[in-house]
Amino acid sequence: MGVRRRGQKGHRFAESPVLQLALQGWRSRLVGLVLMAAFGLLLARGFYLQVINNDFLQEKGESRYRRDIEVSASRGKIVDRNGDMLAVSTPMKSIWIIPADARQMSPAQKQKLAALLEMPAKELEAKFNSDKTFAFLKRQVPPELAGHVAALKLPGVHQEKEYRRYYPTGDMTAHIVGFTGVDDRGLEGVELAFQNSLIGRAGSRSVIKDRRGQIVEDVGALRPPQDGKDVRLALDSKIQYLAYSQLRAAVSENHAKAGGAIVIDARSGEILALVNWPTYNPNNREHLSGAQLRNRALTDTFEPGSVMKPFTAALALDRGRVRFDTVIDCAPGRLTIGNATISDAHPHGALTVAQVIQKSSNVGTAKIALGFPPKEMWEMFDGVGFGQQPNLGFPGEVTGRLRPWKNWRPIEQATMSYGHGISVSLVQLARAYTVFARDGELIPLSLTRLDDLPVHGAQVFSPQTVREIRAMLEMAVQPEGTAPKARVAGYRVGGKTGTAYKIEGGVYARKYVASFVGLAPISDPRLVVAVMIDEPSGAAHYGGDVAGPAFSHIMGGALRTLGIPPDAPIQVAQAENKKEKL
Amino acid sequence: MIDFVGTVKHWGRQSVAHLDAPLLFIAMAIMAVGLVTVHSATFDGNQRMASQAGNMGVALAIMWFVSRLPPQKLMRLAVPLYVVGVILLVGVFLFGIKVNGAKRWLPLGFTRIQPSEIMKIAMPLMLAWYFHKFEATLRWKHHVVAALLLVVPFALIAKQPDLGTAILVGAAGFYVIFFAGLPWKVIFGLAAAGAAAAPLLWNVLHDYQRKRILTLLDPTTDPLGAGYHIIQATIAIGSGGAVGKGYLNGTQTHLEFIPEKHTDFIFAVYSEEWGLIGNGFLLFLYTLLVGRGLIIAAAAPTLFTRLLAGAITLIFFTYAFVNMGMVSGILPVVGVPLPFVSYGGTALVTLFLGIGILMSIHTHRMLVKK
Repeated sequence: MGVRRRGQKGHRFAESPVLQLALQGWRSRLVGLVLMAAFGLLLARGFYLQVINNDFLQEKGESRYRRDIEVSASRGKIVDRNGDMLAVSTPMKSIWIIPADARQMSPAQKQKLAALLEMPAKELEAKFNSDKTFAFLKRQVPPELAGHVAALKLPGVHQEKEYRRYYPTGDMTAHIVGFTGVDDRGLEGVELAFQNSLIGRAGSRSVIKDRRGQIVEDVGALRPPQDGKDVRLALDSKIQYLAYSQLRAAVSENHAKAGGAIVIDARSGEILALVNWPTYNPNNREHLSGAQLRNRALTDTFEPGSVMKPFTAALALDRGRVRFDTVIDCAPGRLTIGNATISDAHPHGALTVAQVIQKSSNVGTAKIALGFPPKEMWEMFDGVGFGQQPNLGFPGEVTGRLRPWKNWRPIEQATMSYGHGISVSLVQLARAYTVFARDGELIPLSLTRLDDLPVHGAQVFSPQTVREIRAMLEMAVQPEGTAPKARVAGYRVGGKTGTAYKIEGGVYARKYVASFVGLAPISDPRLVVAVMIDEPSGAAHYGGDVAGPAFSHIMGGALRTLGIPPDAPIQVAQAENKKEKL
Repeated sequence: MIDFVGTVKHWGRQSVAHLDAPLLFIAMAIMAVGLVTVHSATFDGNQRMASQAGNMGVALAIMWFVSRLPPQKLMRLAVPLYVVGVILLVGVFLFGIKVNGAKRWLPLGFTRIQPSEIMKIAMPLMLAWYFHKFEATLRWKHHVVAALLLVVPFALIAKQPDLGTAILVGAAGFYVIFFAGLPWKVIFGLAAAGAAAAPLLWNVLHDYQRKRILTLLDPTTDPLGAGYHIIQATIAIGSGGAVGKGYLNGTQTHLEFIPEKHTDFIFAVYSEEWGLIGNGFLLFLYTLLVGRGLIIAAAAPTLFTRLLAGAITLIFFTYAFVNMGMVSGILPVVGVPLPFVSYGGTALVTLFLGIGILMSIHTHRMLVKK
């Protein structure tokens, strides 16, 4: 054993077993050393990784599996004033695949999946053969169907919770409620206007995901999701439906292009109904035109025409320029100011101020208005909200056009007094009439239900003036007035017609906007209803004939729906009915 | 009457007579570590522990059988086994089927085999036999022949390409030649020549092999491709810390970030859950195994048995070192399982064949003298 190879120079190795043993002994020792060194190296590497670099690598590891995921909050509901659903989010599932994993499916499984999802096998195959790492198979799948898919336990098929917005009242409330896009963001209407409170706040959870992104463990909530707040609108579904169906009937009866109607609770400024025609079905927006989408009552302005006359009369009464029964000479039905002439549709003789409103005399109104300083008249228009945004928070609200008083010419002041040369939206018009329903106060409108009553606003006219105007408005719906068709059985109503030419390309065309704005019951006004019919092309085009009947139906229905006691002698109503039958 | 009890006792004694208790206990201990780790690596998926236990049973039976064969019989097997192995390798070269871009399998109609596996045992057996045969008249030309015997299968396997197995087979042969007394001049000469030829060798390597070496130097150059294995394994080992995350609690393992977690990369699973202490324990077991092997080699009575025992022992060491080295990121990634731990029947059978041979050598050493 002691013999060393080094001492045996020149001697051939492995010639004797003894030498062989010695040789191997030496080599064995070397081998042993190498082995120890090698294992030592491994241990050192372990020490380096597990002790020195431990924190760093642990963090690296965690970053690979720990994820903070967003937990979506459910979007708030939109309900009407009585809690009826106008927009709800129903939980749905989206079904998605990791194509590489899904390709492992057997033909039978593929067939089952295709049948469940009602997808052509070819389309399914195309998605499976995608080289992407993610593909949606189908979105907005009802939870029950998604459950059936999950039960198949298919490879590479995953599900994600999502919501689908559903609008139970459909096209009836489309313009006011609006709709959301695929990512649950409001795009129109209340959905957009109240986006911030409806969406709520997504929460987050900490989860452990494996390499394939599957959640294997829920570590816990970091922040619970806050579901969106519900929005309770001032809208009353029953009145809305009434307005919707009456408007639709009026538009089709008069072969009109479009129309709008609004019902406002005069005590609170709440909008009880707001409809436009044409409308659309928010649940199926595949073939949507711009015309359907327009919320005309808010975004379109028009020259209102005679519905403006009561404001002129009110200003004159308020300033003491005229009294209720001051006589104005309206003969011969024409009035020339500068080089322009204004005229009445039907010439009248001498009329009291009340009769000017009742019979809607342009000449009479212009004569009343000519005495005003322009500034005073402008302030009155401004005071009832014309030329201002209604501030409902709606997208696309318009201010209308009210030119600065400084460069008003007398003829312009005269035409403005009966509603030309000024443009307003239907909402502005309806709101302005609340002044007559409320003893002269202008209050803000509200889309949402208000619980803090009473509401107060700025005083525009004195209560006495307003009482006199109401009397004039009531006269306008009498048989001698312009809108006997606007009457409502059992209630005293008042209102004013408007029949305005439309401006096309800067000149007045032979197209009309027929409107009627009124209030009831006159003894204690509660509702303001405004109806506008755009381009009636049937037999009639006057506001009283076109918009009056729709007003009557909407107002009557709304008053009864709200249970407002009738204030007209019942026998009169019966007499009227008999008369109609005869 | 026959002494029934005595006969049974005799049979019992007879049946364990050729088992080496220390070697058996060490191998069983490492295997226990393996079984437990395979369970952890697969319990939340395709459970493999039972089937690995079955593999172990088969491997142990083979070990028992081989340990009973006297070394002389093994010696007689050397040449035929080697020749058959080489023929099969040539067969693979000519008719092999490609799996994942490598030609490693030979179809035999009913099944297919991987002849390179046979070579792991046939190579040291053959070379030990060869040196034993020419023990008395060993000249330098014998070393040349031995080198040829080594190079031919090595080249055939490397060509498949299967660098991992080629290295193991080459190492097995080299250990025999080394123990047989390869002059230091030659060793150093070869090392120098190898170093000089390294650039040349670089050109011979396949693209993927070059990539593995490059990614070893800096795994972050390709974190999703070739570097992925190394990075994930390093993170798993490192995040285990000194005492580990606890059994069945290895996050990287159970979240399936570790590739090949129950086969080649099982060390990462083990190391993440048992930490540095676990590594030390496993290395200690391997040291015992290698130590016992070297003792057996040193005590072996003939050149054949000594060379064979030494080579087999060093092969165990090589398996363990190469595997742990690659998993912990100090060696390039080659397909070498962790001996007695990684899941897989073939590797276990080969390993226990080795254990059986060691036992046979040890338990038959006295019989020669008796």
